[in-house]
Amino acid sequence: MSAIALIRPHDWTIPLLVHIFGAMLLVGALTLAAISLIAAWRTGSAKLTRLGFMSVFYGAIPGWIIMRGGAQWIAHKEGLENSDLSWIGIGFTMSDLGFVLLIVLLVIGGLIVRRINRDESGPWISARIATGLVSLLLIGYLVAVWAMTTKPT
Amino acid sequence: MYHALLFFHVLSAFFLAAGIVIYSSFALGGPVNRTTRLIAEILWGVGGLGTLVFGIWLALNRPEYEIYDGWIIAALVLWFLATGSGARASRGMRPVGDDSALAIDRRTAIAHWMRVFWFLALLVVMVWKPGA
Repeated sequence: MSAIALIRPHDWTIPLLVHIFGAMLLVGALTLAAISLIAAWRTGSAKLTRLGFMSVFYGAIPGWIIMRGGAQWIAHKEGLENSDLSWIGIGFTMSDLGFVLLIVLLVIGGLIVRRINRDESGPWISARIATGLVSLLLIGYLVAVWAMTTKPT
Repeated sequence: MYHALLFFHVLSAFFLAAGIVIYSSFALGGPVNRTTRLIAEILWGVGGLGTLVFGIWLALNRPEYEIYDGWIIAALVLWFLATGSGARASRGMRPVGDDSALAIDRRTAIAHWMRVFWFLALLVVMVWKPGA
């Protein structure tokens, strides 16, 4: 690893940049969703509940697509697509498992936002489940950031 | 040592990105809550300090890098530009207390989007490492 990782070939720059940009958008949007949903849990605010789910829809999902596309691209460039390295495994597992949870969040969020639009008042158990899922996702992606930077074998 | 420094440097960059995403939601008309704004400010502050401290530490720790390398100086300049724009934008985004969207003046909006621009430029420099 050492010198190769420190100063990598310049043709890896764009795929890596795409991957990191997507990951930052994903984690940033999930952080916003977690803070909004936790605050809404305490106050019952419909505005914050809606913000939490909108940040998943407009931030986390596009971020995941960009991050995952970048991951495949850089793995192809580095010849690591079929690698059994632990850190690659952790990255792809967190990414793909996370996508399933994101889809579950989208469905829950869609149902809750529809109820908010009909002026139905909370609190909703499903919003609390979603808060737990967002927090879990955030922890999972921070583990992936650790694996990507420390590259455990 | 190198991996620990790199992890904390990158984690700090993710804190910065999270702060930027939250402030961008305010700039785009999302509701602003005191807690949300406070956490955004903490993420921006801790992320800014962490990227700088661990970044300089990394540069001093590795023989491949020198603190006076062109791309490291460029990154430091971009960091200061992002911090300056961020301080101006943060002053203009204060919650009114009822989770309402903010009426943000033009200068604050420009300062915020300049912060986003400088941050993205910083990200490009850190990944590309021109001249390294």
